[in-house]
Amino acid sequence: MFGQIVEITWMNLKNLPSRLGSSSVIVVGIAGVVGVMVAILAMAAGFKGTLDRGGKADRAIVLRGGSDSELSSAISIAEMNIIASMEGIVQASGELYAVADVPKRSTGTDANLIVRGVLQSAFAVHDDVEIVAGRNFETGRGEVIAGRGASAQFAGVDIGATVKLRGSEWTVVGIFAAAGSAYESELWVDLPVAQAAFRRGEGISSMRVRVDSPQRIDELAERIEGDPRLDLTIESEHDYFANQSASLTQTIEAFGYAVATVMAIGAVFAALNTMYAAVVTRTVEIATLRALGFGATPVVISVMIESMAMALFGGALGAAISYVVFNGYTVSTLNNISFSQVAFDFAVTPELVRTGLVWALALGAVGGLFPALRAAWLPITAALRGE
Amino acid sequence: MPMVELKDVHKRFVKGREVVDVLMGIDLRVGEGDFLALMGPSGSGKTTLLNIIGGIDSATSGEVAVAGEVLTALGSRQLARWRAANIGFVFQFYNLLPVLNASRNVELPLLLTKLSGQDRRKNAATALAIVGLEDRAQHKPGELSGGQQQRVAIARAIVADPPILVCDEPTGDLDRDTAEEVLDLLGILNRDHGKTILMVTHDPKAADHAKRILHLDKGTLVQQAA
Repeated sequence: MFGQIVEITWMNLKNLPSRLGSSSVIVVGIAGVVGVMVAILAMAAGFKGTLDRGGKADRAIVLRGGSDSELSSAISIAEMNIIASMEGIVQASGELYAVADVPKRSTGTDANLIVRGVLQSAFAVHDDVEIVAGRNFETGRGEVIAGRGASAQFAGVDIGATVKLRGSEWTVVGIFAAAGSAYESELWVDLPVAQAAFRRGEGISSMRVRVDSPQRIDELAERIEGDPRLDLTIESEHDYFANQSASLTQTIEAFGYAVATVMAIGAVFAALNTMYAAVVTRTVEIATLRALGFGATPVVISVMIESMAMALFGGALGAAISYVVFNGYTVSTLNNISFSQVAFDFAVTPELVRTGLVWALALGAVGGLFPALRAAWLPITAALRGE
Repeated sequence: MPMVELKDVHKRFVKGREVVDVLMGIDLRVGEGDFLALMGPSGSGKTTLLNIIGGIDSATSGEVAVAGEVLTALGSRQLARWRAANIGFVFQFYNLLPVLNASRNVELPLLLTKLSGQDRRKNAATALAIVGLEDRAQHKPGELSGGQQQRVAIARAIVADPPILVCDEPTGDLDRDTAEEVLDLLGILNRDHGKTILMVTHDPKAADHAKRILHLDKGTLVQQAA
């Protein structure tokens, strides 16, 4: 049977050049489905990847109990000192988290930009942060360093420029990178200066701590929960960012699959139409083979292989176009938990390409199945007459 | 034992409310090595009868035994295998696959056998030599004349060495001279290679090449001539 399948498939594929126009309907249709789906899912993957990259296994975040983001969290100096002195904590950074309206470069409209107040000691905790242009801010001065994403997305966030943050003016003195994480969407300033400018007193919003081992975080969580002086929670940055990204990522993915499904319905009909036409033009040839003794099963399989081969080509084309156009394309969106803009790159990952190709094969199989069954079930005598 | 034996064969087509009896009680015996021409007006049922004998259509009732097998007892898969081993088809419009060259077209029935690729090609070359087209092996059907295409189709019909050739208007699309060449070739296959041939034709001159002529009219055999 294998020989029969190969022979009929070979014959079908050799016929393709004479049916370029109709065959391209399948290819283009499925390229569209896969291209759009991969592009939308690349947005979700990019957003999730950006937040995930901010998480380090030995780094944890401390928030006020009941707060799900730094925006709604507040920690006193006394609480900070207790946490910093706990066994297992190697370094600690108390940080102020504020949001300021700054116009976006793309639209000129104001969007929320995170301003993080930190001490110089914070750079030991955030050891993945590095200055890539200019210099670091100086203690006690109204200077800011901007993440790469923030500088790219927000107007006037350039070295030497002055930005207005919640009524006070700050000078941009450097640009920093943070391994592609969400920190790159922030402005970092000196903590005491920020506390004064934003009238926050001596309080901070959150703490980042480095622990001596990732396993220590669960133990610290138990100790904090059992300490009556503290109304705080601690969780690993991985978990924190996973929770932050889950909602938006799921929304984007659901949207992507919904759009792809609607388009896929159209693509399946296009594939059905094309394959029916392909089978009809070869009715006599297929009937001749069956008269010679070729079985119905090889006919079904070979027609489906042809349909799936074209669909696979379309899927690969769509994924390739999506990669060329969107991979690495930087955008920003509102993180609906922190209410701030997060800049991220579309990420066309191998997994997304694989998903796209699986969709393409499935569409090709559905589109080829019914025409294949028609080719196999049509009475030979009727088919020989070209009916 | 006859090569073909039909007993009280009926064929009825039903399309909606319309019922058409195409064959009505056909009894027929064809011996091994016979060359039979089936003639009759359009719609007389001769192609239907040929298709039933060739195993690509089934009788509504009656018994059909061909090459030692009762066809009515076979399922579609068994019937396909039986056709591959016992029947060579020659169609009016040749029915060659346009994307394959002559050699590959002839080789097709051998894909259903256990022959190696080398043996298949060798047998295809032999079949093409028998029909006088060994020098056209690499030509595609579109590069051959009608007569040459029909000879390739005959090579395809004999390549697996089936005992029976079923020919439906094999000269219907050919000019007189070419038709004579094809009919001479069928005669050689019958005489020298022992093939039993059943041929449907409208053409009395073509029928003259057969050993026996049967006439069908309105689904019944009306005359038998020597």
